[in-house]
Amino acid sequence: MELLIGQMFAGLSLGSVLLLAALGLSLTFGQMGVINMAHGEFMMAGAYTAFVVQRSISDAGVSLLVSIPLGFLVGGLLGLVLEAVLLRRMYHRPLDTLLVTFGVAIILQQAARDIFGAPSVDVRAPAWLQGNIELLGAPIPLTRLFILLLSLLCLAGLVLVLKATPLGRRIRAAVLNRDLAETSGISTRRTDQLTFFIGSGLAGVAGVAVTLIGSTGPYLGTNYIVDAFLVVVAGGVGQIKGAVIAAFALGVLQSVFEFSTTASIGKVLILVLIVGFLQLRPQGIFSLKTRSLT
Amino acid sequence: MSTFLQSRWGVLTGFAVGAVLLLVLAPTGLSVFNLALLGKFICFAIVAVGIGLAWGRGGMLTLGQGVFFGLGAYIMAMHLKLADAFLFGGSGVPDFMSLYGSGEVPGWWEPFRSPVVTLIAVVLVPGLVALVLGLAVFKRRVKGAYFAILSQALAAAFAVFLIGQQATTGGSNGLSGFRSFFGFDLKDPSNKLMLYSIAAVVLLLAVGTSRQLMNSRFGELLIAVRDQEERVRFLGYDPATIKTVAYVIAAVMAGIAGALFVPIVGIISPADVGVIPSIAFLIGVAIGGRATLLGPVLGALSVAIAQASLSSTFPSFWVYFQGLLFVLVIGFMPGGLASLPGLVSRLRRHRAEQHPTEQRKTEPAPPRPILAPESAPPATATEVPEEASR
Amino acid sequence: MTTPTLLPDGDPQAGGLRHGRPKYLEVRDLTVAFDGFVAVDKVNLSVTQGDLRFLIGPNGAGKTTIIDAITGLVPATGSVNHTGTEILGRKVHKIARLGVGRTFQTASVFENLSVLQNLDIAAGTRRKAKELLRRRKGMDPAVQEALEIIGLDKAADKQAGTLAHGQKQWLEIGMLLVQNSDVLLLDEPIAGMSQDERDETGQLLRRIAASRITLVIEHDMDFVREFATSVTVLAAGKVLSEGSVAQVQADKKVQDVYLGTAGMEGH
Repeated sequence: MELLIGQMFAGLSLGSVLLLAALGLSLTFGQMGVINMAHGEFMMAGAYTAFVVQRSISDAGVSLLVSIPLGFLVGGLLGLVLEAVLLRRMYHRPLDTLLVTFGVAIILQQAARDIFGAPSVDVRAPAWLQGNIELLGAPIPLTRLFILLLSLLCLAGLVLVLKATPLGRRIRAAVLNRDLAETSGISTRRTDQLTFFIGSGLAGVAGVAVTLIGSTGPYLGTNYIVDAFLVVVAGGVGQIKGAVIAAFALGVLQSVFEFSTTASIGKVLILVLIVGFLQLRPQGIFSLKTRSLT
Repeated sequence: MSTFLQSRWGVLTGFAVGAVLLLVLAPTGLSVFNLALLGKFICFAIVAVGIGLAWGRGGMLTLGQGVFFGLGAYIMAMHLKLADAFLFGGSGVPDFMSLYGSGEVPGWWEPFRSPVVTLIAVVLVPGLVALVLGLAVFKRRVKGAYFAILSQALAAAFAVFLIGQQATTGGSNGLSGFRSFFGFDLKDPSNKLMLYSIAAVVLLLAVGTSRQLMNSRFGELLIAVRDQEERVRFLGYDPATIKTVAYVIAAVMAGIAGALFVPIVGIISPADVGVIPSIAFLIGVAIGGRATLLGPVLGALSVAIAQASLSSTFPSFWVYFQGLLFVLVIGFMPGGLASLPGLVSRLRRHRAEQHPTEQRKTEPAPPRPILAPESAPPATATEVPEEASR
Repeated sequence: MTTPTLLPDGDPQAGGLRHGRPKYLEVRDLTVAFDGFVAVDKVNLSVTQGDLRFLIGPNGAGKTTIIDAITGLVPATGSVNHTGTEILGRKVHKIARLGVGRTFQTASVFENLSVLQNLDIAAGTRRKAKELLRRRKGMDPAVQEALEIIGLDKAADKQAGTLAHGQKQWLEIGMLLVQNSDVLLLDEPIAGMSQDERDETGQLLRRIAASRITLVIEHDMDFVREFATSVTVLAAGKVLSEGSVAQVQADKKVQDVYLGTAGMEGH
């Protein structure tokens, strides 16, 4: 029983990383129809940011607190550049953006490899995050609790931005109906850039977070990108609520499947589950209600 | 049509030249080692033919061809392992199983002792998996990016599954060390030549099949589905069936390619079938021209040759180069090299229009429709949508 | 060789064929609601073979939604009966196979295929798999005839994407003909056309309508007056009036609705 609770919690923290990764994907896919395969590499960049910061700030606690906003900035700026240089020309070709950004992804991976070397590096967790707390008799690592809280905080921040700021209204308008938003005088250009910045920044934060539970290598992003996309598909494109449910469901299911079978069969089971789920709801948990045919 | 690669004579000439090159010139001109290397590239080219059909003509961005390639490959590899164990080991148990596993052959390996079952399964298993997946996905109108992501997840799950089954699939080491192929010694150069020739003939057959499909009514229908899936529905066709057929054919081609890859290359491992190799299959197709017949083949061969010659000497340079290829070709030349002649002539025409040397009579422009769709609430979608991806 | 005759003898007339057992399309209590908004409200409508019915009404009256519902694009309740067969609730492609064809406001032909290929695909729903896997040889007689009827016989090998707007609409009508639809549902076929193209389209409709069940959505009242054999007026999702052009124009309710909006004449 304790083991199951521990496993469930591991699932929640995996889910919170997936959520951070998927929020940005979901926004950019929903708003611009861009499928950004390099999103995982923005995570990787965030993780290396944490590593670099810790080399100059030896106090693990301070460096973590510095790394989080810095990781956001690094991820966000990478996203901004990608959007400005490549993707803005390709909004009407979603499938092609997938392949173009895949090219960007392998370039970034190789760059990380050439800069930081192929072996993984480790980021020390601060002392106040070492150890466990007890939950119903099960030991819960503090790092995982921290990641969960961090992702919920980011989620709250994002929801606040979307609901309460003019930028958020513009984003929501563009997700619902891009053409209409444009004809209503919304500068989709600026909105796109900001969306990309925020979405990619969240990936950077996710990268900083995963340094607490594992080591950092050039291919860190590839471990998360496919699952993050599955979250977007299952949750419904452009749907924050759907992404939250799907991310945590996927994380917990994965942990539980791994616990009861093996990691490898767990992955296959999850995929079968998602294909099965799409039979019932081809548009994901939530879908945009528009009048278009698709 | 517009380019040589697409014209009837272009295709026929290319076909004949290809046959002579592959079956006469290459075996006489290349060393045994290089011939085997070319054989490997040919396997990739066979996959590319299928991708050209599914993606170029059918608009299905399949990021999971590695799965079908892997199914064919692992089925063949299991058979070779069992046959070797029977021929050389006596016990009938493949070597690695005694090392990592219980030393017993699992039940699901048993059917592949039979050569006939193996050959049938190489075609049937990838085909059936694609059929089930295709129907499940396309019937529910899951398409565009959704399909691409699902197919990619399939590749990821497949690789993870293989790695996890150390005792029965060799885990991340994969299966290797094959000594015989249906009784032929794999070390013998003449048998290597035979394997190569089989691969070359299969490639030519795959191109022939693809050509027949592209030129048939089915091929026209496939383009119609790619461009306006919903419109096809209103003519009384079920687009899901049409797409599934093309998807299954692409999967079967990948499966056969995988089965040939195993004896030619001598190893199959999860690294050959996961997410990355599955996407890598696409770049050659994109470079050559995804919607053309020969573009995918030539593109896949060129990329494989370039990779073989560059990646060993400049491994990191090759990765950057490959990344750049994706960015430049897909981003700026989506039609691939096959679209170059068209681009050039369009450019020339453009120039000519800017500097008119002679007064040309121009047709009056067609009346531009000024459509006023109903904007009040109940107006539903009256346009048949573009390829649905959002 | 038997040549198919896509063209019937004679002209369409109000009420359709008077002899034999004409085919019909009967819509009963058709209701379409979007998120609680009732776009089509218990519409009753019946069209008989040989009638050239026009469906008119102000913007937002639910005209296109009715066609969408009949062809299975949007879910609806009620009943749509095509000569004894209930078609409501079936899948889009099954409805099409039952002989119900439609066009779209924005002409939607396969732009990357030739005119001939477009028609050949439309004519081919009943082809066997073996036929599909073979190359197209020669020309289906029905396709040949349709090309002549829609006046595109000289443009057979042209890419459909290069056609003029009017020609695309005619190609769509041609596709309906070879598709062998008994029910033609045309959504604003003359929108954006020049006067000459409008006249030609009107003549074309007149020529093909005598043997078919034809329902045309149209805004242009001159066009309606010239070519309709009967008219149904729709407003706010309900049938307001039905009859000949003169009858509906004299209808007080119709006048009220149109005076409240754009005006029946000048649309």
